[in-house]
Order: sequence, then structure tokens, then C-alpha cells
Amino acid sequence: MATAASNNPATHLRGYYLYLIPGALGFLLIVLIPQVANFVLSFTAWKGVGTPRWIGLQNYQRLLQDDQFWGSMQHTLLFIISMTIIPVILGVVLASLLFDYIRDQFGETLPSLFRAGFYLPQILPVTTAGVLWGWILSPVGVANMVLRAIGLGGLAQNWIGDATWALPAVSLMIVWIQVGYCLVVFMAGLSRIDPSLYEAAQLDGAGWWQRLYNITVPMLAPEIFVVVLTTLIAALKVFAPVFVLTAGGPDNATLVPSYLTYYHFFTTQRVGYAAAIAVVQMALTVVLAVIFLRFQSRQQAV
Amino acid sequence: MAEILSIGQGTTRAAATGTRRKLGPGRWFVLVLLVIALAVTLFPFFLTLINGIKSSVDYAANGPLSLPKSIDFSAIVKFWTLTDFGLKLWNSALISGCVAIAGTIISLLNAYAIGIGKVRGSRVILVILLLGIMVPQESIVYPIYYMAKATGFYDSLLSVIIVFTVLQSAFGTYLLSSVLGSFPREIIEAAEIDGASRWQVLWFVVVPVVRPTMLVIGTFFFIWTWNEFLIPLVMLVSNNHQTVSVAMGLTRGQNLSDPVLQAAASLLGIAPTIVFFLIFQRTLTRGVAAGAVK
Repeated sequence: MATAASNNPATHLRGYYLYLIPGALGFLLIVLIPQVANFVLSFTAWKGVGTPRWIGLQNYQRLLQDDQFWGSMQHTLLFIISMTIIPVILGVVLASLLFDYIRDQFGETLPSLFRAGFYLPQILPVTTAGVLWGWILSPVGVANMVLRAIGLGGLAQNWIGDATWALPAVSLMIVWIQVGYCLVVFMAGLSRIDPSLYEAAQLDGAGWWQRLYNITVPMLAPEIFVVVLTTLIAALKVFAPVFVLTAGGPDNATLVPSYLTYYHFFTTQRVGYAAAIAVVQMALTVVLAVIFLRFQSRQQAV
Repeated sequence: MAEILSIGQGTTRAAATGTRRKLGPGRWFVLVLLVIALAVTLFPFFLTLINGIKSSVDYAANGPLSLPKSIDFSAIVKFWTLTDFGLKLWNSALISGCVAIAGTIISLLNAYAIGIGKVRGSRVILVILLLGIMVPQESIVYPIYYMAKATGFYDSLLSVIIVFTVLQSAFGTYLLSSVLGSFPREIIEAAEIDGASRWQVLWFVVVPVVRPTMLVIGTFFFIWTWNEFLIPLVMLVSNNHQTVSVAMGLTRGQNLSDPVLQAAASLLGIAPTIVFFLIFQRTLTRGVAAGAVK
């Protein structure tokens, strides 16, 4: 190792491989082997004890007829609204207001204060956010108190205990968490745009909305793409908000794949079946992740 | 987009010597709108604060929207003793701290081989690492749980530390590799000519330069690990080993019927995050662009 600077490229490289050993062993043990084991388990019937029994594709066949599973996939689609669509729109508008207007009119300090404030919910443990919102949205909670106080008592609901309102209620909390992430990424993206571009557009008579549509959104396209894909992947994995607020209920109204997997792994002990749901989740994620990585490497190549 | 760009740049030159942008008359209106939006976002924090330090009698009489008549820590003390919160804080801090340190070191070792050593297959390694952390934890949680039970690591802090050191370092490797990929070759070659071994080059040449990046990565590892839920929930079953995040996740099951107790619980859950936030605000809000993959 001491004579690493030898001219032979083969021995030159060999020394570096040693540095990969700890990471590679860990990755093999914690990610690769479990991933393969889970895949294999999805073709078995197993209660977690004894020997798994090979049943081929039966878990997957059962999955196709499982209303709970399809319900959970539908809810995932609905969670895309609160994980991706609304936060991205709010994030673009807020970032562009702060960058193209507030910074211009009031200086640099205010935008960073706003950014920090909107970002705060993002770094809270989701379970803490869940306790907080569970308290606000409970039947005797603040949300209903406020509605009654402003004379809209008729709109008061048992937000998380009513099958109609539980999903929108969980979604509300998710939007609250997600906006900060979008805003921070978009503001970082905007900082590489030359401000004179906005000045020029303004001199040419472009209003704020026109600048948003013609400059900000096109310039932020790479960031928007990154945020959309990462939040789509996150939408497939929503677990803690549902676990804490509703436990998938009431009446399965907020059931998501991750909760269903957890439920079958650790409550019903149908390990093979749960593994099959996890494989479906993994496959969908990999598709999105591959799109994301291709995009990333193209960006770096440019 | 190209069109807009060229038009923009064309006029920029003309405007460069021109006037500064005028102060719009509507600027106070926009500012007020943004302040309202921010107030709505931060309102839940404010609510927990004013209700967590209220007496139950005060809450019953005046509701959650009034300021506390007097400061009363009894709900906080009650939740603290009920959940043994000090121990949970210690568990979380220990796990997150160990993961931040170990994860950063493993990221550094991997990135040294990939970014500076340019070992063959670097790209493939990075793609596998990234896929490994992007796939849902649901698809690895059961085998990990089973392995931990079989080897006696189940319900130990060490098991969670190992799992997250690996998961976080996969991401850290990706970030650090691209930083080290552009490390000036001449410096390393000069050190090698002076007789420095590869190990010495790493610690005495590379680490001093990338220390700021390592600190950012370590900070993120700490907070991400602090916030993790599924794997700690599955692996740490006994009360004595739970983390803050798990304890919070399980409060719903404990049926805290007293709303003041619930407010106190969220206040205690929020407090550590506020502390990190005040310490690391700049690191967090700036570094997140790099952390977009998570």
C-alpha cells in the first residue's frame, strides 16, 4: 500500500478496492440479501416460523383479487395530489414570489426567513406531526373550535374518524409537510438564474404571472422534474402519517400499500403475502427511480 | 426555452446600464399575503406551545385558542414520566449520533475508492447504491427483522445503528463521490511522490479539504435517522429501547384522552427538532438541494 504510486495501473487500482470492503459488506447484509430474501418469500406461504412452503405465483394471484390492495393503490394515487401536485404548485408560486418579488422589493433577509419558516414542518419527525395534527383534527380539537368560532359550526367533522374525511385530513397534513421541501429546492434552483433576466422581462412589460410562466417555470424545469419524481417515489411509501393518524381506517378509507404490508407482516403474520405486496411496491419504485437516474446522468453530462 | 433565453440575454445588455426595478405599490399587499401563509404554516406550532403549558382546568374553561392564564408544566412532566421521555431522547441521540459518525466514515471510504481511485464499475456501484436506498424499506424490513432475531440483535440499539449506517452511507457515498471526483489530482500525486501512503493521503490530504461537506452530510444523517420510523418501530419493541419518533407514533394507541397531554406530547416531540433547526438552519435549507434524492 505504501508504494501505491507505482506506474502499473492494475496495482494502482487494487489498493482502492480495499476501501470499498466495509461499505460493500454492509450493503450486502442490510440491502441486497434482504431484498432477494423478500423476493423469494413472495412465492411462499409462511407464518414466520417453520419452513416456508413454495406456492408459486399464488400470492400475486390473490393480490389481483384483493380489494384491500386495490383500495390501497387508489389511495396512493390520491396521495399523489397531496405529496406532489399541490406542494409543487405552491412551491413554485411561493419560490417565485420570494425570489422575483420580495427579494427585489425588500432585500435578501426576508426571503431566507420565509424559506426557513415554511421548511420547519419538513424536518419534524412525521410521527410528531401526526400527534400534533391528530390533536388539532380530533372531534373536540382546534379545527372544529375555529369553525364554530367563525360561525361555520355546521362544517365541523370528526375529521380523522369519518371515512369520508379521513383521507383529505391526512392529505392536509402531508401538504403542510411537503411544501417546504419543494420551496427550498426551487429557491436553490432559482438562485442560478440571472436576475437581470427578470429585469429585462419587466422592462419589456411582462407582468409577474407572465414572468412566472415564461421564465421561472421553464428555468426550473430540472428542479421540478427532480421534485416530482422524488415525491412520487415518496407517495408510494407513505406510512408514518397513516400509521399515526388513522391506522389505515376508518373502514380502510386511508389504507396504503406500506400499511397493508406492515399489517400482514406483523399482525396477520401472512409473511409471503406481505412480501408480494412489498415486491409490487419495490418494482413500481424501481421504474420511477430508473427514470430519475437516467435524467440525473443526462443532466450531469450536459 | 432557448428562445426566451436569447431574448432575455439580448435585452439584458441593454438594461444593464438602465434603471433599478421600481418599487411596486402592491408590495405590502404581497408581503401581507405571504405573512398570512407563513402564519398558517406555523400556527400548529404556536398552538402546541400555548396549550402544552396550560393547566387542564384552563383548557376546559377557555379552550385551545386562548393564551394560558398561567404557565403550568404539569402536562409536560406527566407525559415525560409516562413515557420515560429522557430515555427516549437518549436512545434517539445515541442512535442518530452513531449513525452520523459511522455513516459519514463509510461514505468517505467508499467515495475515496470511487471518486479518487476511480475503481472500475464506479457508475454501476453508484446506481446500485441509489436504487438500494430508493426502494421502500418495506421490502427489506422482514428479512432484517428475521436475521436480527436469529442472531440475537433484535431489540437492540446496535441493530438499528447498523441498518441506518448502511442505508445512509449509500446516499452519502453518492454525494461524496461526486465531490471527490473533482478533487485536484496534482495534490494527491504530490503527496504520493512525497511518500505518503494511500491511507495517509486520505486522512491528511483529502479529509481536511472535504471536512465541510462531511459535516453537512453528517448533519443530514443525524436528522434523517432521528426521524426514521418503520425500522425502529419493528426492531425496538421494548419500552427502554424506543426512540422519540417511535414513542410519538405509539401515543395514539395510549389513548391520551386529555387534550392538554396531547399538546404537551407534541411539544416535547417538536422541541428537539426546533433545537436542531436553530443550530443547523443554514446547512439544512441550503443543503437540501443536494439531498433531493431522499
